[in-house]
Amino acid sequence: MNDTLVFHFEVDGEDFTSAGQASVQIKKNLRQLGMSPEVIRRVSIAMYEGEINMVIHAGGGHATVTIEEGYIEIKLEDKGPGIKDIEMAMMEGYSTAPDNVRSLGFGAGMGLPNMKRYTDFMTIESEVGAGTTVTMRVNYA
Amino acid sequence: MKISRMQELLSAQLLVGEDSLEREVHSACGCDLMSDVLAYVKDQAVLLTGLINPQVIRTAVMMDMICIVFVRSKKPTEEMLELARESGIALFSTDKRLYEACGLLYANGLGGKTE
Repeated sequence: MNDTLVFHFEVDGEDFTSAGQASVQIKKNLRQLGMSPEVIRRVSIAMYEGEINMVIHAGGGHATVTIEEGYIEIKLEDKGPGIKDIEMAMMEGYSTAPDNVRSLGFGAGMGLPNMKRYTDFMTIESEVGAGTTVTMRVNYA
Repeated sequence: MKISRMQELLSAQLLVGEDSLEREVHSACGCDLMSDVLAYVKDQAVLLTGLINPQVIRTAVMMDMICIVFVRSKKPTEEMLELARESGIALFSTDKRLYEACGLLYANGLGGKTE
């Protein structure tokens, strides 16, 4: 692939039921590009968890997926409350999500750990009161 | 196991995906927590769950699953049916509880692992 491909998505923070639409779309796009099923799966799961996080915690945000030579980068930016303790947030089972989110099958403190699990590289930049940017990369051959 | 056999074992009602009845599935998982499905499932084709919201369908899409069985007579919403149709995922509903539904499938040869 010679040209860098970029996909932009607005993630609606108002409606939990619509969360994940961008990930479903990216899955289709990557399939059309002929990416391997394993790469598609890892990218779409990581992005899906990220989308859910933005809806639960940050009132939505912006997702950018860039196809570079050798890797796919997913950048999730929000202007939410920020993460107070990133180390704690990365622990499996640690969650600050409200109870109503748990009744929907999420908010069990698996989101960020799953995102790390399915990607080759992940950074979190967060400022309390200003927002969070999560950058993830999945390598492909 | 064919999906039609699974339907028979669970006395399940087909809601979406008549064309999938002849498809073969080799493993399944039962879970109400979608985060755990996203964390631990690998190559399982069938999801049994009692959870009702559109994220159940999207989770199955992400995991490349082809069939969802709603237990305890739970019925998906119209939005979920539409999402499943678009995604090519078969939906069933059974009056069995999660434990019993999983047990029936497991005892009849549908395991939890693919290898």
